[in-house]
Amino acid sequence: MTTAQPQPRLSLRNISKRFPGVLANDRVCLNLYPGEIHAMLGENGAGKSTLMKMIYGVMKPDEGEIYWQGGAVDIAEPAQARALGIGMVFQHFALFETLTVTENIALSLPAQEARDLKALGRRIREVSERYGMALEPDRLVHSLSIGARQRVEIVRCLIQDIKLLILDEPTSVLTPQEVEGLFKTLNQLAAEGCSILFISHKLNEVRALCHNATILRGGRVTGECKPVEESAHSIARMMVGEDTPLSTTYEKREGGDDFLVVRDLSLKSLDPFGTRLKNINLRVRKGEIVGIAGVAGNGQDELLAALSGERLGENAGQICVPAGRIALLPPLQRRIQGLAFVPEERLGRGAVPDMSLAENGLLTAFGAGLVKKGLVNWGRTRDFAQSIVDDFKVKCSGIDASAKSLSGGNLQKFIIGREIRQKPSLLLAAHPTWGVDIGAAVAIHKALIELRDAGTAILIVSEDIDELFEISDRICAICHGELSPLKAVSDTNIGEVGRWMTGDFDVVQDAGPTQGESHV
Amino acid sequence: MFKVEKRPVESRLMGYLSPVLAAVLTLVSGALLFLLLGQSPLEGLYTFFVMPLSDLYGLSELGVKAAPILLCAMGLAVCYRAKVWNIGAEGQLLFGALIGSWAALQLLQVEGAWVLPLVLLAGALGGMFWGLIPALLRTHFNTNEILTTIMLNYIALNVLLYGVHGPLKDPDGYNFPESALFSESTLLPTLLDGTRVHIGVLFALLAVAVVWVLLSRTFIGFQIRVLGLDSRAAHYAGYNEKRLVIFVLMLCGGLAGLAGVLEVTGPIGQLVPQVSPGYGYAAIIVAFLGRLHPVGILLASLLMALVYMGGEMVQIELGLPQALTGLFQGMLLLYLLACDFLIHYRIRLGGRATASVAAPVSEGA
Amino acid sequence: MDIDFIINVLYAMIRTGTPLLIVALGELVCERSGVLNLGQEGMMLVGAVCGFIVAATTGSLFLGVLAAMLAGCLMALLFGLVALGLSATQVATGLALTILGAGLSAFIGESFVGQTVLGFKALPIPLLSEIPLLGPLLFNHDVLVYLSFGLFAGVIWFLRSTRAGLMLKAIGETPESATAVGLPVMRVRYLAVLFGGAMAGLAGGYLSLAYTPLWAEGMTAGRGWIALALVVFASWRAERVMFGAYLFGLASILHLIVQGMGVSISSNLLAMLPYVVTILVLVLLSSDKARVRLYAPMSLGKPFHRTQ
Repeated sequence: MTTAQPQPRLSLRNISKRFPGVLANDRVCLNLYPGEIHAMLGENGAGKSTLMKMIYGVMKPDEGEIYWQGGAVDIAEPAQARALGIGMVFQHFALFETLTVTENIALSLPAQEARDLKALGRRIREVSERYGMALEPDRLVHSLSIGARQRVEIVRCLIQDIKLLILDEPTSVLTPQEVEGLFKTLNQLAAEGCSILFISHKLNEVRALCHNATILRGGRVTGECKPVEESAHSIARMMVGEDTPLSTTYEKREGGDDFLVVRDLSLKSLDPFGTRLKNINLRVRKGEIVGIAGVAGNGQDELLAALSGERLGENAGQICVPAGRIALLPPLQRRIQGLAFVPEERLGRGAVPDMSLAENGLLTAFGAGLVKKGLVNWGRTRDFAQSIVDDFKVKCSGIDASAKSLSGGNLQKFIIGREIRQKPSLLLAAHPTWGVDIGAAVAIHKALIELRDAGTAILIVSEDIDELFEISDRICAICHGELSPLKAVSDTNIGEVGRWMTGDFDVVQDAGPTQGESHV
Repeated sequence: MFKVEKRPVESRLMGYLSPVLAAVLTLVSGALLFLLLGQSPLEGLYTFFVMPLSDLYGLSELGVKAAPILLCAMGLAVCYRAKVWNIGAEGQLLFGALIGSWAALQLLQVEGAWVLPLVLLAGALGGMFWGLIPALLRTHFNTNEILTTIMLNYIALNVLLYGVHGPLKDPDGYNFPESALFSESTLLPTLLDGTRVHIGVLFALLAVAVVWVLLSRTFIGFQIRVLGLDSRAAHYAGYNEKRLVIFVLMLCGGLAGLAGVLEVTGPIGQLVPQVSPGYGYAAIIVAFLGRLHPVGILLASLLMALVYMGGEMVQIELGLPQALTGLFQGMLLLYLLACDFLIHYRIRLGGRATASVAAPVSEGA
Repeated sequence: MDIDFIINVLYAMIRTGTPLLIVALGELVCERSGVLNLGQEGMMLVGAVCGFIVAATTGSLFLGVLAAMLAGCLMALLFGLVALGLSATQVATGLALTILGAGLSAFIGESFVGQTVLGFKALPIPLLSEIPLLGPLLFNHDVLVYLSFGLFAGVIWFLRSTRAGLMLKAIGETPESATAVGLPVMRVRYLAVLFGGAMAGLAGGYLSLAYTPLWAEGMTAGRGWIALALVVFASWRAERVMFGAYLFGLASILHLIVQGMGVSISSNLLAMLPYVVTILVLVLLSSDKARVRLYAPMSLGKPFHRTQ
């Protein structure tokens, strides 16, 4: 545990950082001691990542001082941070996919240490074995799983004499089993005297791992605590303030007849770095939410593309809805059949960044009477966008605001509103609350549940297993392009789904219509 | 002293001002250039930019030169809105001129009101065909349209040269590489006596209106804009990218081909090797300078026509190389791209700024 | 066909392919850093005219070559300042550079049209040029051709075996990651652009000082554009550039071969061949989207801002 040593390893004093229009960090203070695992908690946009980037020298603070082992330092660039013994594991990995593991690590080392790549490869093997993180130095990074990529990032830090390791949301991309492995490594490192800054918004993990926690909200420190002494609820309050509703539990439903039927869907990915779909069988009923868990890059994108029509199937019967076989239909035709889709990337796919909300409403809702004889009815289009903004409480300066001017949560509310407004019979949603603040996440969950209760079949793909357990009625996992068994949420648990996420399941054959089994 | 910072939102004002600023910077550079060449800068600029417009004939010539540029630029603007980098207006213009000329030469002995429309249609279809090639190459073979359209420009020029040296050469033309003169019924009527202003100018203005409606009112125009701004959103929404690419390239080809056939049936009156002094390339600059907006392009095409006339004027009056035209064109576009920086960034003088530097330019102070 | 004829054709192929090889090597390095400079044609023209003017006025071919490279560099610097410094669209900036280069070269070269200089002469390498067949083919060229061999080997070595080459490839792949681990993205990109400019200038100088020792407006005749296609042809791998350059060289001298064989086809139609070949090659090599995705530098042509 923390020993109250007189000299903190790292000390931040009144750090401030401004971006155009935002105060990302406002006089943040922090002390971090050797061997301490310290959590940095806060919602998206609370300023955690910005603060870490300043410690690692990617950005410079506008005001305030950083002290390193008692002395004031001015960390101008990452190389300098690494020379001090600071390492960082990025949320969006800072890796080069077309290079090998060794080459990736060589690039972050000083030139003289990276001259002999063979020797470096041996060192990588040593370090990775010592900390129980399997790695093959000669593999190209694009061929590695997400978990292995994270290990590359961690080994990249450990290969130098490390005194402070920063991890930005490291568990969001891992399976529950991988999380356990990571925690073991981190505890071993801390025991050796390394300080660890652990950025997260997952409270249970923080309580299991961290000695101390600092909570940020709106760029300010709003609380400090010892996580073991707090409840997840009390920490969450410090993160979101008093006014925001925290998540609730939703009633589970059985659903009605099958709406979407996927039968023996196998598809080769068009992307050389993509995943091949193997023999996917899946049924989604009217009035239920099916959740698909899984680590990114296991075929989620390919499955959603096949369902939405962005990638056409090989024979029409692979994907069916009550109105017919749709696997060969382009996206437009599927929309007519009642399909709506909320993609993962809300800016740059779900919405056009440089277009207004009015125009972004038209993007997919052109079938809702907004276009007549090839001409756009701008009056109706504007009314449509306004009604989404009003009904889904989208915070914006008006429907002429560009999509990119909205916060992630508000834009996601707009996109989901746009899709729901088209009264879909089937809604596909990828990572619906990824990177969204808690208030917006709750609103989005409620909208999805309402849609379900109105009888829509909903399929949700998410990496957030907690979220899936909260809102799904049935759940399965995807791994290496294969789908696990689909079980009612009440009949399974996080441990089992976690095992499915690692591919530990027997592939199921299509079992025929499921309404026979349902007890409705 | 100076501090460069990213604007929270893009400046609309700078969007309009940047082309003006670029034109001013080009004028200043031009003045310096005249000074360097031993000329009085004021006289140089006057000769280049004012003298060509000093009489009615000059003004009418402005229209004659602006029309083909405007037609090409309208087509290019639609392509660029879709981020289809068509550099091939020049080739499409040449091929339109070639096919139109071929049609006109077939109809030398024929009279009738339908002859001219037929010739114009042939030219437009020729340009459309030339635009269809890179479109199909892109949609079916994934080739980069920048390179294919450039290559097609060179190919079109060589086909045209082959035409005037071979099958289309005037048999009574003393072996000059030119076609026979077109007949009266295939020549464009002029609008004003004593000038070369022809009805092609009206076609160009009509194109402005059509493109304006297309981009601002029609759903296909909306799809074109979405494709250009964010192709992933276009795929997500289910827009047919292939059809849109073919549409914009054929539209541009048709307009450029029309420009080509208007040149040979209008001011030139026969097919010659030099149908276009680079109008198709100048139109690229015009499209950007006009902010890909029909009205902006209309204004920019007039400026570009003036740059062509200025080049001729300084050659006649001051004995300077006509190549000044190309130099001014290049400067204009480069200055425009540089000035566009101010749409996204602003420069502050000294003092504490409220936002930090986010520009790829090193900060002072 | 006798063997001398074949040797002559292959010899001409190497001479014709050399400027393409040089300019494509420069563009390849530039593109591997993630920067798409479409201004090759403009940089080549300015290099050609500056090289010619300096050589014609000083009488030194060496100074001419140096001037050509320097001129190419200056043009590239202009591109860098606008496209990297002011983050303008790379495609548009490259086009602007080509238009500017065409105008500028025509302007400053006007009074030199029709002049000639004594161009680079073949410099047979002792002993090696005596080897039958290979000797006259490979070791009886002017010094710039030998230089192009060296550049070819140098660029391969640089990309394969140096840390700087590794850095360049990394930056071209994911500049965001490069920034995060502290690689100097902007500096490397500027240097890559400048190298590309120097090579384009050199290639232009080769045209006006060795290939056809004179200056004519627009004398590069689209070679800068063909070089861009060559980089696609080579799948961004330096090893494959030489083969491609000589293949294009062959296509451009086909009319000589055809005439040599006594066939009469319109020279205008034959002059189209290099351009038609370019399109065919692009079709063949771009059809497989996955292949392009696998080999093209991932950040190619995308604007990059240092911080968000």
